[in-house]
Amino acid sequence: MFLTYLKRELRRRTRQTLVVVVGLAVGIGLVITVNAASAGVADAQSQVLSSLYGVGTDITVTQRVQPGQRGEGPGPFDFGSGDTSSDVVTQDRLMLGGGVTPMESATIATILEQPHVYRAVGSLSLTDITVTGDFTPPEPGQGPGGGPGGGGVRPQIDVNSFSINGVDVTALDIGPLSSSSLTEGRAFTADDATAPVALVSATYANEHGLAVGDTLTITGTDVTIVGLASSATGDSVDVYLPLGTAQALSGQTDKVTTIYVQATSAQDVAAAESEIQAALPEVTVTTASELAEQISGSLSSAADLADNLGRWLSIVVLVAAFAVAALLTMSGVSRRVREFGTLKAIGWRGRRIVGQVMGESLVHGLLGGALGIGLGVLGAFLVSSLAPELTATVTSGFGGRGGPAFAGGPPGGAAVPPGGELPGPGAAFRAASTVAVQLSAPVTMTAIGLAVGLALVGGLVAGGFGAWRASHLRPADALRRID
Amino acid sequence: MYQLTGVTKRYHTKRGPVTALAGVDLSIADGEMIAIQGPTGHGKTTLLQMLGGLDRPSSGQVLFDGEDLAAMSESRLTALRARSFGFIFQTFNLIPTLTAVENVEAALVPLGVPAAQRRERAAAALAEVGLDDRLDHLPVELSGGQQQRVAIARALVKQPKVILADEPTGNLDEKTRDDIITMIENLWRERGLTVIVVTHDSAVARRAQRTVRITKGTVKVRTPGNTG
Repeated sequence: MFLTYLKRELRRRTRQTLVVVVGLAVGIGLVITVNAASAGVADAQSQVLSSLYGVGTDITVTQRVQPGQRGEGPGPFDFGSGDTSSDVVTQDRLMLGGGVTPMESATIATILEQPHVYRAVGSLSLTDITVTGDFTPPEPGQGPGGGPGGGGVRPQIDVNSFSINGVDVTALDIGPLSSSSLTEGRAFTADDATAPVALVSATYANEHGLAVGDTLTITGTDVTIVGLASSATGDSVDVYLPLGTAQALSGQTDKVTTIYVQATSAQDVAAAESEIQAALPEVTVTTASELAEQISGSLSSAADLADNLGRWLSIVVLVAAFAVAALLTMSGVSRRVREFGTLKAIGWRGRRIVGQVMGESLVHGLLGGALGIGLGVLGAFLVSSLAPELTATVTSGFGGRGGPAFAGGPPGGAAVPPGGELPGPGAAFRAASTVAVQLSAPVTMTAIGLAVGLALVGGLVAGGFGAWRASHLRPADALRRID
Repeated sequence: MYQLTGVTKRYHTKRGPVTALAGVDLSIADGEMIAIQGPTGHGKTTLLQMLGGLDRPSSGQVLFDGEDLAAMSESRLTALRARSFGFIFQTFNLIPTLTAVENVEAALVPLGVPAAQRRERAAAALAEVGLDDRLDHLPVELSGGQQQRVAIARALVKQPKVILADEPTGNLDEKTRDDIITMIENLWRERGLTVIVVTHDSAVARRAQRTVRITKGTVKVRTPGNTG
């Protein structure tokens, strides 16, 4: 009798059933889609962090340039003042990654002494600045300065740069190279500790027509490309060198700019952070979650959108759907007052009638949940298919790809005096790392379970209101009602 | 069977208190068929509801087989309605989504009768009222007279002690009215039930053994034989 009555009643009120089911489905579908989008954004942020940090890094340690302190610049360029050669001159200098000062390699040992630190490796972030130009001084009387003694040299210069990261070849599974995979050639080995070899990002190699076996000249030293590497989230570093090689070429002997740390367990990250900070008060200790807060760009906007607008929108829609379901259920009970009064008159207990109402509402909830899961999966699919590529930028103290490149303009443009020096990193720019990620929206079993739970809750909430109404009916009052 | 003493029912409305019953004293014997007659709005249905345990008086006693319905718990009243009282309403009050046989079965559900037995008994009850060929019809597919027969079958299927009928012929034409009241009368005679019929129709009231007249909430005229 229960199922027969339930089935017939749902069929009799098809329109009401549809309104309730669709309302619940939209609310639940939105929750699933927003949940999937949030999960996708979280995945993307993890990808960004792992591409910048590498896989398995819990903490990074750097030492910032203090206010008033001048960062280490690239060292003077010498374009041969007094040299009468008319050749085009190309010179490059290495400078440290923006915003940091180097730390002694011994700092790594201090970090390893901390109880909750499992591993620590250092890397050296550099930027190679290459200046190319014709610095031949003009003949007297010629040039923009006019008469004897003439004006200053106004060379046409091109300035290009590429990022370099010196990595510990004995620990390649932690640090920025760990999120890249080899696409050609070979990886570094322990024997390469101070060798003039390099791994080049596939993107940089493609842009500059480089291949395995080619040579890069860095501050006058030829470095052989032994392999090409690529990261799924985009290459944030152009060239990788063995740490010893990078230190030698840059004159930063026994220096590192970033130390990558693994804690003894995920639960010990906070303890490790505190221990390192206490042992080394002058350094900046950043956990992965703290770095996540520094991410800007469209990925960050998408995260805000999913977390704030998306979450509140889905809550509002869900509450509205529950309210509509409850109102329609109560309205349905009101229309059936005489029917329930008759059932009570022939001996049906109040709880049997309540059970009937709750059963009908529960079916609404389950149907709404099933449809909502379908809508949610469709919504997640659409997000994955239609979402544009997002970018994430982290502005922090480690070398990034492609520092600012500026070209000399026509006469009257930027003049670099002979023997001049480019401004140091702390004064000129902050290094930024930007990666591109494709947003996906995975639907997890947790989301499905949440949807089923919400559907049941929705059904029970709606049914509860209706059942309360039905349980308080007095047969005499019910039978006195005129429909 | 019934002994009513000083039964009063007051309703509180926006326009002030309304007294539906005012100090009713009434006795009804086992196996008696009585009609409660009176103008519309004078308390007939209210009195019937007191007798059927559908409502409680504001004061007074309603004894049924020695038990005071006015003081009984709701669950006990519900159980009494399930076993002992059969109701027939003016507007039939069938469940619109259930077939004729399912409507009759609904009266057996509170008694815990197994499904197969319920079906059997319901079909037999419908056959008794001449509707054995309408078992699977919905109320909307039946005429008024047929719907009232289903309601009668629903009231009788549980083999109650009392049938309480509130204007059972009020919505029927004259021919059907006569058929229905004849049916009720025959069932009363065959089964020895106590039948209480509320009606404003004198033709119906004449079928009863005695008539209780109710005017403005008070029982004014009783035919000979009323010991109340």
